[in-house]
Amino acid sequence: MTVTVVTSPDDSRSIKRELTRSLRRRKLQALVLVAPLLLFILFMFIYPIGGMLLRSVYSPDFARAMPATVAAIAEWPGSGTPPEAAWAGVASDMVALQQRNEAGPVAAALNVEMSGARSLVLKTARNAGKLTAPYREAMVTLDPMWNDARIWQAIKRLSSPVTPRFYLAAVDMKVDEAGSIVSQPEDRQIYRSLFLRTLLISGVVTLCCLILGYPVAHLLANLPLRISNILMIFVLLPFWTSLLVRTTAWIVLLQKQGVVNSLLVWSHVLTDETRAELIFNRTGTILAMTHILLPFMILPLYSVMKTVSPVYVKAARSLGANQFVAFTKVYVPQTFAGVAAGCLLVFILAVGYYITPALVGGESGTLISNMIAYHIQKSLNWGLAAALGAILLTAILALYWTFNRLTKIDIIGLG
Amino acid sequence: MEQGRSIVHFVNVGKTYDGERLIVDDLSLEIARGEFLTLLGPSGSGKTTTLMMLAGFETPTRGQILLNGQEINRLAPHRRGIGMVFQNYALFPHMTVAENLAFPLNVRALGKAEVEARVIRALDLVKLGGFAARRPAQLSGGQQQRIAVARALIFEPELVLMDEPLGALDKQLREGMQYEIRELHQRLGVTIVYVTHDQAEALTMSDRIAVFDQGKIQQLASPTELYEKPRTSFVANFVGDNNLMAAEVDTLRSDHLCSVVLEGGDKVIAVATDDLMPGQKVMLSLRPERLRLDPDAGAGTSSRLKGVIEEIVYLGDHMRIFVRTANQVRFLIKAANKEPHHGLTKGGMLTFGWSAQDCRALPV
Repeated sequence: MTVTVVTSPDDSRSIKRELTRSLRRRKLQALVLVAPLLLFILFMFIYPIGGMLLRSVYSPDFARAMPATVAAIAEWPGSGTPPEAAWAGVASDMVALQQRNEAGPVAAALNVEMSGARSLVLKTARNAGKLTAPYREAMVTLDPMWNDARIWQAIKRLSSPVTPRFYLAAVDMKVDEAGSIVSQPEDRQIYRSLFLRTLLISGVVTLCCLILGYPVAHLLANLPLRISNILMIFVLLPFWTSLLVRTTAWIVLLQKQGVVNSLLVWSHVLTDETRAELIFNRTGTILAMTHILLPFMILPLYSVMKTVSPVYVKAARSLGANQFVAFTKVYVPQTFAGVAAGCLLVFILAVGYYITPALVGGESGTLISNMIAYHIQKSLNWGLAAALGAILLTAILALYWTFNRLTKIDIIGLG
Repeated sequence: MEQGRSIVHFVNVGKTYDGERLIVDDLSLEIARGEFLTLLGPSGSGKTTTLMMLAGFETPTRGQILLNGQEINRLAPHRRGIGMVFQNYALFPHMTVAENLAFPLNVRALGKAEVEARVIRALDLVKLGGFAARRPAQLSGGQQQRIAVARALIFEPELVLMDEPLGALDKQLREGMQYEIRELHQRLGVTIVYVTHDQAEALTMSDRIAVFDQGKIQQLASPTELYEKPRTSFVANFVGDNNLMAAEVDTLRSDHLCSVVLEGGDKVIAVATDDLMPGQKVMLSLRPERLRLDPDAGAGTSSRLKGVIEEIVYLGDHMRIFVRTANQVRFLIKAANKEPHHGLTKGGMLTFGWSAQDCRALPV
């Protein structure tokens, strides 16, 4: 073997230049190849998600609707009653709102901050044309509630376009009239328990998938190729059926007058009166989601198990381990990468699952994603939906990070 | 062999997977306590299946396997107490070297201090003292092999099986490991059953070699006997280089010699290895290094032939000369590079000869 060493500095400089040039060319080619996908992801994925996340902290609607008020109240320190300029601002903004017929959203936003503010705003807007200076006396005469400092504090909070209130709402908290952060009253707390339920159901589904999927993957990896290929078709079969069809099939099977209940009644396990509630509750969600997500557990497990040579178990047996010890101490640890990948995949998919819980979840089986969809489509509180989504995203990223740390296996190569 | 001396006894063992073809055919074999026995044969000859039946990973279809006089046909592998070294080492990748070595001791529920002491001793035994905390992937092939050997020995089995353990190593490393395993065997006195398809490896290491072909033992003998006195043409061909020539017995002589006729009519003298009859077809076996380039120099040359040199291959320590006689019989001659062989040129004539004792007539 001979190695040619470039000795003269001139030579070495030119050869480095040539190397950089040839590498640059290759990099450019790679960039051109991925460019379409990169642009697609940028405009169809990263940009809209970024915009959505921005909404969770940035809400300029109130400030845009009440420009004069916002400008005047900035001077007010927040205690006592605001200066006359603020009162005049409210009065003039109300006139404008009434003319454009846009008092509704402002009233709604203020009502979230302080109950009873809706009727105050609507009443003031209706009568705004009749108010004359000094506005303070005129408005207090119209409704004595204007004399309450808390309504002005609420206006001041809303006047800032950057706000923590969606995040606070997403974890069942709010800024109270006095300006301190407190929990929502018990009967209005929903999101915290919904987050917990989502994590819990996802965890149970992941565990069920692991318990059901591990033996199947083991079998697939160790059978002769001819037979395992046929079995693999059965594993992949669900992918070729619409998600909606599979979910509704579960409704047919599990409903009160469905196949499973009828069989149980027929075999005298249950009577007609005690037919089990298997669907439109948490049980239904767990059953259907386990079925739908099972292939996502089996495939990574299978791909890892395929690489574990049977010789290791043989070696363990020859060294004196019985079948159980050889399996648990030698085989299972070598499949941890597959277990980790499968669990992470199933868990992340489950946490964001939407269609199945919406169809079979009933009340006790809905997940946080159903609530996000509700705020996007029905209540139109996009700021709250964005905050809920952002919290979900952060939780998953944190989970992925700790998982990576614990297992020391970088599955996707992001950690 | 009496009961006490033999550790393993195969009694008429047969093995078939499909019910038609016997992978191991009526095998009977006794393995002596403390010996180094090699099962040698081409792939598919049944040697690995025999080893796996002994280890407990295959069950014999018929016959009996005795270990220390007890039948073990259906005994689970982990109850046999037999150490085993696998072809690709089979070190557990998720454990450190020390954990790998401790594995057989931990499943036997030995005390912690005892385990630690034995692990240290085992590492010293294979000269890898500082490697306890490494993972197998951080070791070279040779080091992994030594750990695998140490792991098979650490629970002090009487019998250790090795399934082509050096197959994955390069030539130089393989030769070094052959001596190390041989030395370990002599130091510890364990019985080793070793499977290989490499005849040079078998000759280097073994006390006895069983040559397998088509599920049967063709010959079971010491390396010297196997090389010097092969009993079948398969053994003669498989172990070492050989000149094999079809021939026919002409006349028998009193002193275990016979006169045979080669194809083409040349008559030579050979050792009759069996009860041969005149007119019987035989295979002549003649080692290429026993052919003499100067047949008249020493005494004892009993046959002479003349031929054209077809090819000369120079190999440093020796030369290979291919000669074709007038009757179209081809010979390979290995000439040691002790003195210069000036007269040899491609296309030239060469007279060569051999002693009758080196030429064996094998029945076909």
